[in-house]
Amino acid sequence: MSTIVRLPNQQDATLPKRSYLNSEYGLKSWLLTGDHKRIAILYLISITFFFFLGGAFAGLIRLELLTPMPDLVASDTYNKLFTMHGIIMVFLFLVPSVPATIGNFVLPIMLGARDLAFPKINLLSWYLYIVAGIFTVSALVLGGVDTGWTFTTPLSTHYLNTHVITAAMGVFIAGFSSIFTGLNFIVTTHRMRAPGMTWFRIPLFVWSHYAASILMVLGTPVLAITLVLVALERLFGIGVFDPSKGGDPLLFQHLFWFYSHPAVYIMILPGMGVISEVISTFSRKRVFGYTAVAFSSVAIAVFGFFVWAHHMFIMGVSNYSALVFSLLTMLVAVPSAIKIFNWAATLYKGSITFETPMLYAFGFMGLFTIGGLTGVFLGSLGMDIHLTETYFIVAHFHFVMVGGMLMAYLAGVHFWWPKITGRMYPEGLSKLAAVVTFIGFILTFFPQFILGYLGMPRRYHAYPPEFQVLNVLSTAGATVLGIGYLLPMIYMTWSLKYGAIAGSNPWQATGLEWQIQSPPPTENFLEIPVVDHEAYDYEWLANKTQHEVTTVG
Amino acid sequence: MDSQTVAIRQQAEIEHHEHEHPPYLRHHFETVEQQKEAVSFGMWLFLLTEIMFFGGLFMAYLLYRNWYYDAFVSASNTLGIGLGTTNTAVLILSSFTMAMGVYCAEMRNKRGLLISLSATILLGLVFLGIKTIEYHEKYTEHHIPGASFSIEDFTHPTDKRDVALAPDMAQHAQIFFFLYFAMTGMHALHMIIGISILFALLYKASKDAYTKGHTSTIDNFGLYWHFVDIVWIFLFPLLYLISRHPLH
Repeated sequence: MSTIVRLPNQQDATLPKRSYLNSEYGLKSWLLTGDHKRIAILYLISITFFFFLGGAFAGLIRLELLTPMPDLVASDTYNKLFTMHGIIMVFLFLVPSVPATIGNFVLPIMLGARDLAFPKINLLSWYLYIVAGIFTVSALVLGGVDTGWTFTTPLSTHYLNTHVITAAMGVFIAGFSSIFTGLNFIVTTHRMRAPGMTWFRIPLFVWSHYAASILMVLGTPVLAITLVLVALERLFGIGVFDPSKGGDPLLFQHLFWFYSHPAVYIMILPGMGVISEVISTFSRKRVFGYTAVAFSSVAIAVFGFFVWAHHMFIMGVSNYSALVFSLLTMLVAVPSAIKIFNWAATLYKGSITFETPMLYAFGFMGLFTIGGLTGVFLGSLGMDIHLTETYFIVAHFHFVMVGGMLMAYLAGVHFWWPKITGRMYPEGLSKLAAVVTFIGFILTFFPQFILGYLGMPRRYHAYPPEFQVLNVLSTAGATVLGIGYLLPMIYMTWSLKYGAIAGSNPWQATGLEWQIQSPPPTENFLEIPVVDHEAYDYEWLANKTQHEVTTVG
Repeated sequence: MDSQTVAIRQQAEIEHHEHEHPPYLRHHFETVEQQKEAVSFGMWLFLLTEIMFFGGLFMAYLLYRNWYYDAFVSASNTLGIGLGTTNTAVLILSSFTMAMGVYCAEMRNKRGLLISLSATILLGLVFLGIKTIEYHEKYTEHHIPGASFSIEDFTHPTDKRDVALAPDMAQHAQIFFFLYFAMTGMHALHMIIGISILFALLYKASKDAYTKGHTSTIDNFGLYWHFVDIVWIFLFPLLYLISRHPLH
């Protein structure tokens, strides 16, 4: 049952006199801030920088693959390009994308708290992120790394003379940044909820961040120690991971994927939280099966820890363990499917409107479903032997991470932009960007499924001429996709000064963050709210709006 | 607003008026109790990440110990059990002094707190000193993995007569010593960080920071110190004790 909510008149909305943006001025007030909202902005700026840097490498990779022959870059440069693309996009963009920006901004407000539990650790986490970025960029400037983002041993430890340690240091430090974010979210969710905000009243955005935080806290330290071992092995030439010296390269794979498989859930879960909020708001309906969606997040986190060896089916793990891991991989598809079905059921009989965040959310649902189902192909033992290490896996991963997570990130940025800045972006242009992104994405990555199925291996910079047509399509799509990503960057910057004033609740959403002014005051709530309604209660919102004495804004 | 909500709101208001605002209560917490719970919960989570961090090393150690049992036992036999035991005792004693520090902070006994913290620092430094002696021994015996590594003084693990060692013994023993240095080194690094924090705590304690009712910093540092202690409690038997035979 959906509730029709009248959108507020935005003509008479004004910007509040005092907000977190103008409470203090000067660079120092930003760099030494403890305010979660300001730290979110710092993250937003730095993450956008690394996103476009990583994107530039993707562009160069696609440009090289336009022709079958290696003509743009040499083969070792190509190796460095895809390595840097992977490291930057995975560790400096996807992992912190939604949690560190949108999560940081709205999670405490959604819970009715004044800040995260540990503001200083939150700031420290941003500084660690920056140091990690500096290490990664130095590895790049000094001459690059060509291990692939997976740091595969013994290639990375004994056979390459590129800047593996510098890059590994970057990833190590970025890991601690992510641990501190996760720790802060867990403690905040447990201990900082407003009176009346019970566990089953918190928005699903918080549930999914909670699940992702568990993964960050438990998984990331294992990656950290693994990278320490890689660095030590490189420095001292010991053979912990080198078979010629008695070491076991599979041990590295186990330790690496013990983090790096849960890491893909660290990346996608916060995005799923965004989609829950957006779908509910623009169909004016409580998310169907709230409890099921909440627990499916936790289920993904739990199952996510027991599927890592599906990355190693062709590496010589025993048949029995491959069988078990294949089965567990199938199981993790269940909670993901629960989410998709419940969102679809939420749309059913909702009063749907097609604002920009909703368009991105639809993009997410379609692309994530394709990405998820092809993941089931790869999880089946027989198929995996043929498809792994081909472009099929590249397409699968990008459908989930770019088609899924990046769509969700953009949905979230568009959804909360009026709250973050107090201003609206141009609606027509942003809808155009959403559509361009979707078309560009399909054009870029769908041909890669076919390429992979036909047997084109990943990580090569040359290919047989019969693959050229599909590669040209993919490169053309990448160009469209690039435009799709540049557009929001431009109009959102424009909107900072010229956008229409948004008012406190432009979407008529029910979250606590929409009940306070936009942009919010530094302390979020002048008085800590007492929560007396369930999440996504649009009738409560309609009553509240009717009885409100003051005008919105 | 239903009656239950009114009750919650009134309750919240009463609590709001009742609690005092001591200087160490951060602005975003409602009550001292909430702050204390949040900080302690955060510390436990951090220790959980530490367990996972050391977990990777323990995993590697257990795997290779199973694979290269003979080499690991021979290499383990060369570790100085006397120094190791002394160090274990020193560390357990330091955990006791740390626990005394927590107790003194709760009892608002400034002098006791200062003495306990100083003793903990001293014992921590003694531990590191003994560890340095051990590392130096390894250096003189050529047991540091790398180019100058040698297994000349190794004995056959089961056969006391002059039986030749397995040809791959040297490489597998290097893996043992690599893990030995990685694990004890990581542990020592945690000790060094801990001792540095102890100096800061000692300075602040001398300014009465923890003996006026705000003990959670001392409590949580205590948790950290005991955690580092427990890591050693696992390292000591794994590296020094299990499957040990008397030499010669």
